[in-house]
Amino acid sequence: MRDNLIKYILGIADNSLILGQRLGELCGHGPNLETDIALTNISLDLLGQTRNYYQYIARLSGNNKTEDDIAFMRSEREYINVLLVEQPNDHFGYVIARQFYYDVFHYLLMQNLQNSSDETLAAIAKKGIKEVSYHLRFSSDWIKRLGDGTKESHQKIQEAIDDRWVYTNELFMKTEADELLINEGVGVNVLDFKEAYYQKVSQVLEEATLTVPDEKYYQKGGKEGIHSEHMGYILAELQYMQKSYPNLKW
Amino acid sequence: MSNKEIKNLEEIFNQRIARDEKIEPKDWMPEKYRKTHIRQISQHAHSEIVGMLPEGNWITRAPSLRRKVALLAKVQDEGGHGLYLYSAAETLGISREEMYEQLHTGKAKYSSIFNYPAVTWADMGAIGWLVDGAAIINQVALTTTSFGPYARAMVRICKEESFHQRQGFEILLSLCKGSEEQKAMAQDSLNRWWWPSLMMFGPKDEESPNTEQSMKWKLKRKSNDELRQQFVNQTVPQAKILGISIPDPDLKWNEEKQSYDFGKIDWDEFWQVVKGHGPCNKERMTARVGAWNQGTWVRDAAVAYAEKQANKNLNKAV
Ligand SMILES: [Fe+2]
Ligand SMILES: [Fe+2]
Repeated sequence: MRDNLIKYILGIADNSLILGQRLGELCGHGPNLETDIALTNISLDLLGQTRNYYQYIARLSGNNKTEDDIAFMRSEREYINVLLVEQPNDHFGYVIARQFYYDVFHYLLMQNLQNSSDETLAAIAKKGIKEVSYHLRFSSDWIKRLGDGTKESHQKIQEAIDDRWVYTNELFMKTEADELLINEGVGVNVLDFKEAYYQKVSQVLEEATLTVPDEKYYQKGGKEGIHSEHMGYILAELQYMQKSYPNLKW
Repeated sequence: MSNKEIKNLEEIFNQRIARDEKIEPKDWMPEKYRKTHIRQISQHAHSEIVGMLPEGNWITRAPSLRRKVALLAKVQDEGGHGLYLYSAAETLGISREEMYEQLHTGKAKYSSIFNYPAVTWADMGAIGWLVDGAAIINQVALTTTSFGPYARAMVRICKEESFHQRQGFEILLSLCKGSEEQKAMAQDSLNRWWWPSLMMFGPKDEESPNTEQSMKWKLKRKSNDELRQQFVNQTVPQAKILGISIPDPDLKWNEEKQSYDFGKIDWDEFWQVVKGHGPCNKERMTARVGAWNQGTWVRDAAVAYAEKQANKNLNKAV
């Protein structure tokens, strides 16, 4: 039970960590100061949530484990974030498409997780949903601005929306830990809001004058720890200090 | 306006400043006052946003989650400082685009310290401790400067800078309390950042133009050398607490002056970096110009979208 709970939490927390890390790459390089600051805010929220989850896992694990052991000391196969969040920033359209696809999911997930029978998770979700609803507003607004902005921006965001679409379905693939914890009343059944997810995504894309992708072939693997080629580089940076100087305090 | 009338206005203007009244954007001001303030405030703003780059370089590699979050928040604060300062400069009749243009073409300067590379994690400590520390000394004086928007921006910014300084000191303190390797990393960082930090106060007084005028406008309250001395006096005891040594064999306490004597600054290096030939001048500009150019289509889209929305609302109203 404990191991499954840990695995379940990792399945949520690793997404926040890796997306927070990706957004952190952009700090100081945004298209203007306001957007730069807003993207950093989102990164800060996600990393704050990550810490809450990992601290909880550390408590559950015992053995003096810390949030940093969990964040930095695992092998690539032990990170179980979805492929979507590890996709590169490429151009601003890709940043927004990735964010939007994740935010819609994240919002629905937090909404449901608030009712978890696990008090710690419910509390994290209650706090998180305020942050995530801001993220969703930010990314939806940009989808509309870019979609219904100039010809160039329309083409660029459509390209990003199409390319990242293939990573959306993995969000709804249930793991073994999911199944077990749904039965316990702890976990959220993501299938319950799959339809709402695609409805919301389509509604915003249409409002943004964009075409909803109809690609039926999807990518998966992250939840099993089988990542894209990008992941190794993300971890090389993320783990650089901890792996170069093990067992030190910073 | 006749020359005599202008003289009169200037007289009143100077008296207001002498009485410690604030000059606000809508008030009459001499052209030179306006120009000098645009130059200084925009350069200050540029320093904030170029200053995001050396520290931004370590966000993805911070050694713990706590440090990562604190560093992100710090770099974000600097962006916020840039934002207040650009807004303060805009009240004097220059647009943000013009200011960026001046930065990108090299017409406007920014603090030279950011042309040094941040190569180890300890540099995140040294930058906070020394660079934010030096910035505070420069900026506290400006909280009572004559131009209202600048003075108010400084009050807000100084509060955050002192938080940054403590955070930087605390990063180094952790290293100094850590392993030999960590302590060596802290010492190496101090070795590299000490002299450039002293250079942050600008050329020595004999070579610093405009000082008299700036003093009158309260853009400067103390000379470069006085501020530099204040920084040294304040910082040396902090280095002792850390247990790392200042890389200056000539540094010693002067009982008579009640202050530290210190060695000669390498002014050739100072001018080399100011003139654009420091270790990272090119990288910093490439990063700024690159971000701006890559963002053009995004900013254009935002403008086009806002116009379309405004038209829609207008049509609805009709
Ligand atoms: Fe600042
Ligand atoms: Fe600062």
